[in-house]
Amino acid sequence: MGTELGKYKLCVSARSADKEILKKAQDGGIVTTLFKYALEEGIIDGAIVSGPSDEPWRPRPFVATTVEELMTSRGTRYNLSPNVSFIKEATRSYGLDKIGIVGTPCQMQAVRKGQLYPVGLRDVPDKIALAIGIFCMENFPYQSIKQLVEDHAAMKLEAVKKMEIGKGKFWVYGERGQVVQLPLKVTHKYEQPGCHVCLDYVANLADVSTGSVGSPDGWSTVFVRTKNGDDIWSKAIAAGCFETKPIEQVKPGLELVSKLANEKITKNQKTVEERAKFGVNKALRNPYISPK
Amino acid sequence: MADKIKVGHVHMSGCTGCLVSLADNYGGLLTILDKYADLVYGLTLADVRHIPKMDVALVEGSVCIQDKTSVEEIKEAREKAAVVVAVGGCACYGNITRFGRGGQPNQPQHESYLPIGDLIKVDVYIPGCAPTPQLIRNVCVMAYLLLKGNKEQQALATKYLTPLMQLAERGTEACGCDLMYDIINQGLCMGCGSCAAACPVRAITHEYGKPNVNREMCIKCGACYAQCPRSFFNFDVMNEFEGIMELIDGALK
Ligand SMILES: Cc1cc2nc3c(=O)[nH]c(=O)nc-3n(C[C@H](O)[C@H](O)[C@H](O)COP(=O)(O)OP(=O)(O)OC[C@H]3O[C@@H](n4cnc5c(N)ncnc54)[C@H](O)[C@@H]3O)c2cc1C
Ligand code: SF4
Ligand code: SF4
Ligand code: SF4
Repeated sequence: MGTELGKYKLCVSARSADKEILKKAQDGGIVTTLFKYALEEGIIDGAIVSGPSDEPWRPRPFVATTVEELMTSRGTRYNLSPNVSFIKEATRSYGLDKIGIVGTPCQMQAVRKGQLYPVGLRDVPDKIALAIGIFCMENFPYQSIKQLVEDHAAMKLEAVKKMEIGKGKFWVYGERGQVVQLPLKVTHKYEQPGCHVCLDYVANLADVSTGSVGSPDGWSTVFVRTKNGDDIWSKAIAAGCFETKPIEQVKPGLELVSKLANEKITKNQKTVEERAKFGVNKALRNPYISPK
Repeated sequence: MADKIKVGHVHMSGCTGCLVSLADNYGGLLTILDKYADLVYGLTLADVRHIPKMDVALVEGSVCIQDKTSVEEIKEAREKAAVVVAVGGCACYGNITRFGRGGQPNQPQHESYLPIGDLIKVDVYIPGCAPTPQLIRNVCVMAYLLLKGNKEQQALATKYLTPLMQLAERGTEACGCDLMYDIINQGLCMGCGSCAAACPVRAITHEYGKPNVNREMCIKCGACYAQCPRSFFNFDVMNEFEGIMELIDGALK
């Protein structure tokens, strides 16, 4: 295993001890439980999360300052939710001094860039108190999800209880118990193009990052990465927020996480390279080299 | 301290908001002036009439080409400073002064304002309106390490400053449209929301996850593009974010 999993101090398989959170959590309820703990302990004043909006399954970023609000954000909505758009507003109209934020690996990159190069993010850099990253292979525009669910899976978006990408399939679970699975071959073409140059699978720049891959159903794989993340995670463990198992003792384990991370990075690295000779002696931009 | 760097603040056509941002580092500014930098020039802060030789010129504001003094002063700043930093949207891109068309008392003929890079070579950009106290602080610490640090610190400072130097090479025009031309049109946008957060005039909203710029509102400060993780993302620096944040904190204690 090389750099594909990023730096981390600790990796475990974990599940929330809070049954109420687990009822609607995507996986082990790690995100909601850790934010709830941090909010109750005053480690954060609020968290930028992604909740439901006025259209079914379209996420809407918002600032949660209560546990009730956090609870509405449980579960994954597989389409774009510009969580970082609230990062300055959180310190202003919401008045947060200690911000929590959840996001995909690219959103964690945005947060760290915002701290090191805060071009338009006055007073934000020193207020990021807990950045939780979620693993991500790809994301979709809303209209792609609509098309996948309504055309390919022949279900109404309103009637969907849960969506999930796992075990090589896109799963759609209906409120009435139906289950439709689509092969990823079908979903690939609907992916957001910007994901194809993404070189991070497990949110390497988060304080704590988590996803389902590597752990059994209902459990999550958790990487604790920074000093700050370590500090908060150990306190949450001491407070009994999570059940944990050593990652070495669960199936499929870290090996699968590594394999998928490497697959993603290799494929997208190739895309980045192909962009260099996309036209006739004309390249597409490479953000990893220069802003020019 | 003998090995402090010499810094000057050169004021062109700007609103002094950039200088206020620098000052908004409060204790941090005092530490900078105490340990790392001597302010050798600055109309508002130091009683010096002519631009002296200095290591770093922090230039605020665009240049009014109808104002002879300003034109001479920016050229002199280039001659006297080893490193010229364009601080703020006006110096980098013209920003709000792009909309100037003269007619204001008591110099109604002053109507053409150019980003400093249209008249001199600029080494580093700090875009934004106003530029943030924290980015100014980070660049000051890195500039010090570049000029006075050990080998390792110089290497880090070079890596850190490189994208801000590349922004300076990229040009003197900025607009919310850059998100279309250089991010979305290039197949790079991933819908994070940084651009909307960075915009000082709230010209950017997200429609189904992608930025939509209200071009009538855009003042051309360049913050959105520079903030976007897909304008530049230097892994060799970002992967070290924890250590760098600690280093900057430590330097300002
Ligand atoms: C687009 C996408 C792709 C993913 N791909 C993978 C993958 O390949 N492998 C894997 O193991 N895990 C993946 N995940 C993560 C996984 O689906 C769960 O989100 C994660 O395990 C957290 O579950 P939980 O039970 O701990 O969180 P919960 O307690 O259920 O909380 C979920 C959190 O996710 C946030 N959220 C929901 N939708 C979005 C969104 N669209 N953008 C940003 N934040 C959102 C909510 O704000 C909430 O705080 C992906 C997530 C997304 C959003
Ligand atoms: S694949 Fe990468 S760019 Fe796309 S949403 Fe996930 S983390 Fe962001
Ligand atoms: S900051 Fe860049 S990648 Fe993020 S939403 Fe704006 S244009 Fe897209
Ligand atoms: S859209 Fe906003 S951030 Fe971007 S250049 Fe215009 S004013 Fe600046």
